[in-house]
Amino acid sequence: MSLTGKTIAELRSGIRGGEFSAREVAEAYNATVAGAKALNAYTVETPEDALAAADAADQARGQGGSLAGIPLGIKDLFATKGVDTTAGSHILKGFKPPYESKVTENLRKAGAGMLGKLNMDEFAMGSSNETSTYGPVISPWRRSGSNVGLTPGGSSGGSASAVSAHIAPGATGTDTGGSIRQPAAFAGICGIKPTYGRCSRWGIVAFASSLDQAGPMARTVRDCAILLEAMAGFDPRDSTSLDLPVPQWEANLSSDLKDKRVGIPKEYRIDSVPAEINALWVKGIEWLKDAGATPVEISLPHTKYALPTYYIIAPAEASSNLARYDGVRYGLREEGVKTLDDMYAATRAAGFGAEVKRRIMIGTYVLSAGFYDAYFTKAQRVRALIKQDFAKAFEQCDVILTPTAPSAAFGIGETTDPLAMYLNDVFAVPASLAGLPAMSVPGGLDGQGLPLGLHLIGNELDEQIVLNAGLAIEERAGFTARPEKWW
Amino acid sequence: MSVSHDQARHIAKLARIAMSDEELERLVPELNAIIGWVEQLAEVNTDGVEPLTAVIEQKLRLRDDAVTDGNIREDVLANAPEAQHGFFAVPKVIE
Repeated sequence: MSLTGKTIAELRSGIRGGEFSAREVAEAYNATVAGAKALNAYTVETPEDALAAADAADQARGQGGSLAGIPLGIKDLFATKGVDTTAGSHILKGFKPPYESKVTENLRKAGAGMLGKLNMDEFAMGSSNETSTYGPVISPWRRSGSNVGLTPGGSSGGSASAVSAHIAPGATGTDTGGSIRQPAAFAGICGIKPTYGRCSRWGIVAFASSLDQAGPMARTVRDCAILLEAMAGFDPRDSTSLDLPVPQWEANLSSDLKDKRVGIPKEYRIDSVPAEINALWVKGIEWLKDAGATPVEISLPHTKYALPTYYIIAPAEASSNLARYDGVRYGLREEGVKTLDDMYAATRAAGFGAEVKRRIMIGTYVLSAGFYDAYFTKAQRVRALIKQDFAKAFEQCDVILTPTAPSAAFGIGETTDPLAMYLNDVFAVPASLAGLPAMSVPGGLDGQGLPLGLHLIGNELDEQIVLNAGLAIEERAGFTARPEKWW
Repeated sequence: MSVSHDQARHIAKLARIAMSDEELERLVPELNAIIGWVEQLAEVNTDGVEPLTAVIEQKLRLRDDAVTDGNIREDVLANAPEAQHGFFAVPKVIE
């Protein structure tokens, strides 16, 4: 098998055992990255960075960290010292942070190198990667017999496309309301969002701080566990970072689900969802039963209010977080206007794209005098009810199984209505609002040959059951389909 | 509740985003569609429910009130569109 066909676990043992060098791995990946421009997955390529980490790993001769010599793709939302970090936005073009995000610092300490920065929806606001200032990422997948360009989902679309096309063995993603899980489902890969607070937000460009959480995207459940262990950990610089030891998720992986109860929420059964997706969900239940688990029907009564709650809270937080882009301290500045106020307004008009402006406007409106209680405080109250729904459900079950997304990947430009786009995250958003760990694993292909994902939600801090149930599905789904190379 | 053209202009001003009348014209129906949709939360009974502010219960940590960084002026100014004499430069605000 070619080096780029191997999982991170296989690369790790191959490098440690001297079967191949880390330099060979980095060179193989650098070549595939350079040859995949048509996917528009990378915004910056950093082949030297990958090679330097590889050489360090080769010198350490198997004594390096858990990711020694593994080259990774890094979502453009993570600050990387001296390397362009733009969050897919024109307003940050040319921004080179003088510091490194905690998550990428942790990955580097574990020995990982960086292949480059990965394209994404502008400020992580989008479900199709079409809001990026660099243009949309293209999925390596195509419908059978068609060459229509499909979205890899979003906002971590570059990460999904890169891992799926084997131009990265793994990548970082971030998830505010589904931005790891929906693209993972669209691209036929795995992705996990841990409990809110597991990964430090320090050095991640902020979107909605009460929801933003980093996580890994990779080809297998085991690779996700390896990456998450390296990414997570307490950081005093993030006030919501959890001061807890990082569990040994990889060592504790087990697909034996004996005595585990799998909650099946009846509110996730939606008529408008294609039958194939509900059929895969039923298969997922069978697979988990086969692994020893007992399915139980549960109710999450406030599910239908999760999306509208999210679309008050996330834009409100975003409007506040994005106030910092003022043309003074970093990024774009529009010249040719007379006053300071005009400079702010002109810079933000030129720097932000349509979706970001829309969300800042919504956020500003729901936070404005006279509307704050009716919208923002109300949404925070409903968020409390959504959190309570999950707390009650986890008295009856250990893990929850649902579909990841209400459709397979769609074509670039096919969804133009903002509300229709928001509905992509209908199954992903409730777990985000509740801060819970959740994962997407590939379950199979639809009738058009496109991947569909299954979604697992665990209780607070219980990433292990999510990974274990994910592993049980992975072992039984036998998902080996690959997109045919056209790029 | 629906947003009027004038209200949208006011929101854009609060958000410091320059917008032409044509842009506002396009945006107003989009904003109203989204606002109309989120207003379904009104039907949820939230009497006696405390607004959720911390999604995972934890104590806010305090640290010593001490300087923990500094002396990085060059780093702070490195990405400024315009820096002069060790400061961020902005258009003249005082005549």
